[in-house]
Amino acid sequence: MTETAEPDFDVIVIGAGIAGCVATYQLVRKGRSVLLIERGEAPGSKNLSGGVLYSRGIQQVFPDFLTEAPIERRITRNCINFLNADSSVAIDYKDARLAEPVNAVTVLRAKLDGWLAAKCEEAGALIMPGVRVDRVLTEDGPDGKRVVGVRAGDDELRARVVVAADGVNSFIAQEVGLRKKDPPRHLAVGVKSVVSLPRKTIEERFNVTGDEGAAIAVIGDCTEGVGGGGFLYTNIDSLSVGVVVRLDDLTKKKKVVSDLFDHFLEHRFIAPYLEGGELLEYGCHLVAEGGLDMVGEIVMDGMVVVGDAAGLTLNTGLTVRGMDLAVGSAAAAADAISSALDQKDTSRAALGTYRKKLFASYVGKDMKTYAGAPSFLEVERMYSEYGELLANTLYGAFNLDTRPREHLLKVARKSLAQSPLKRRHLVKDGIAGARAL
Amino acid sequence: MRPLSVPERLTKNRFNLDEQESHIEVNQEIARSTGTGKAIIACCPAHVYAEEPDGTISVEYAACLECGTCLAIAAPGALKWHYPRGGFGVQFREG
Repeated sequence: MTETAEPDFDVIVIGAGIAGCVATYQLVRKGRSVLLIERGEAPGSKNLSGGVLYSRGIQQVFPDFLTEAPIERRITRNCINFLNADSSVAIDYKDARLAEPVNAVTVLRAKLDGWLAAKCEEAGALIMPGVRVDRVLTEDGPDGKRVVGVRAGDDELRARVVVAADGVNSFIAQEVGLRKKDPPRHLAVGVKSVVSLPRKTIEERFNVTGDEGAAIAVIGDCTEGVGGGGFLYTNIDSLSVGVVVRLDDLTKKKKVVSDLFDHFLEHRFIAPYLEGGELLEYGCHLVAEGGLDMVGEIVMDGMVVVGDAAGLTLNTGLTVRGMDLAVGSAAAAADAISSALDQKDTSRAALGTYRKKLFASYVGKDMKTYAGAPSFLEVERMYSEYGELLANTLYGAFNLDTRPREHLLKVARKSLAQSPLKRRHLVKDGIAGARAL
Repeated sequence: MRPLSVPERLTKNRFNLDEQESHIEVNQEIARSTGTGKAIIACCPAHVYAEEPDGTISVEYAACLECGTCLAIAAPGALKWHYPRGGFGVQFREG
């Protein structure tokens, strides 16, 4: 026996982000009564991301996603850029196969999440914006605490299941003891500006046409050696530009985060992209970077945790993912909740199929595959020495100063000899990288 | 693009200021003894925190972008930080 007083809703979802909206949508489509509570004035108004959404998962939920949702550009060009103070080396990967079928799109969350919430409402969900859930209601059951609803101000609302989709700070999951405070080395802060530029200028500067877009990931001097990176993403008529830095390293190196952001924006190789642009908005967001280590308990009697709140983000060095994992976890949670409601048993054991479904899906599998990525990305050498080694080797090859040439391998060896990097570092990092990424 | 200061950047954002209630509270003693004061000044992208001449940490809660970074690095007891009341605080139009 798991249920007591007659609840107001089958399910209450806390937070109208991607995870919260997808969970809501899937549940109302299965005929459940769902209340979606959002603390922002309107859905989307508290939500921010870097901007690239790997979209296959969300297309399965909303088949009209690519044609109807307010997406910005489809990403067909991915650059990985090693940035030094006076040099820069990039891998520039452009592929028509990424355009059709679409693989990734840029989004601006205030716009996208409004659309997602409208889809939920259309499908029959009740949406309550401008309301902050202060805590969950619990009752003591035979197996410990059971979540039976939420409290917002003086209001108490009850449901058979509560979905905590309240984002990376996950006050709800922490309050009931599902999640501990994360160590700073598992967290990063992202700082971002949205800068308007004419459509045509963006297409010229980023070498894209029509609704195609570019995603540039930057590593190295953009963060002054602090673990992390920079990014530049193209929207329809604006750019999302930002840095993401690890909190332990930021504190250790005594850097000021806004200085790092300024340094990136003013960098001689970044500033030209932004030239003539007008700032539209300035924002920031905490990022969970601990990978699989951060995913702890995500199910208890009467409650599941999804998306960022469950620690579901992945930085693999090449791809930075969170929104697609939010979709996958919400879909898995909605399936599990629906079966549990059918069985009239919403205990931890019954809702536990969420965890099984999650780890059977691309979300859990990818979290496991890249479990070693966070510690690999903590290697300090990634953020300065490697970029310089690459640039110095290329300089040796391109700087034809009338002295006789040497074979590239010899030039590379000389660059390595002058670098603080040792051959053993290359071997060690090469093997670690091959295993982790 | 002309470099903007953080306060200049914040003027581009839309905020619904909660005039009655701050969502942030610093315990000055613990903030000083643990170094949390200096750390939260450096890590806040919105420059919510500043050190006053008397060494206390002041809080401009109206500028908060609600990321939670300060809370993540604060020593236990140094900082009370929760989300603003429903409908208040920053309201992103881009996101």
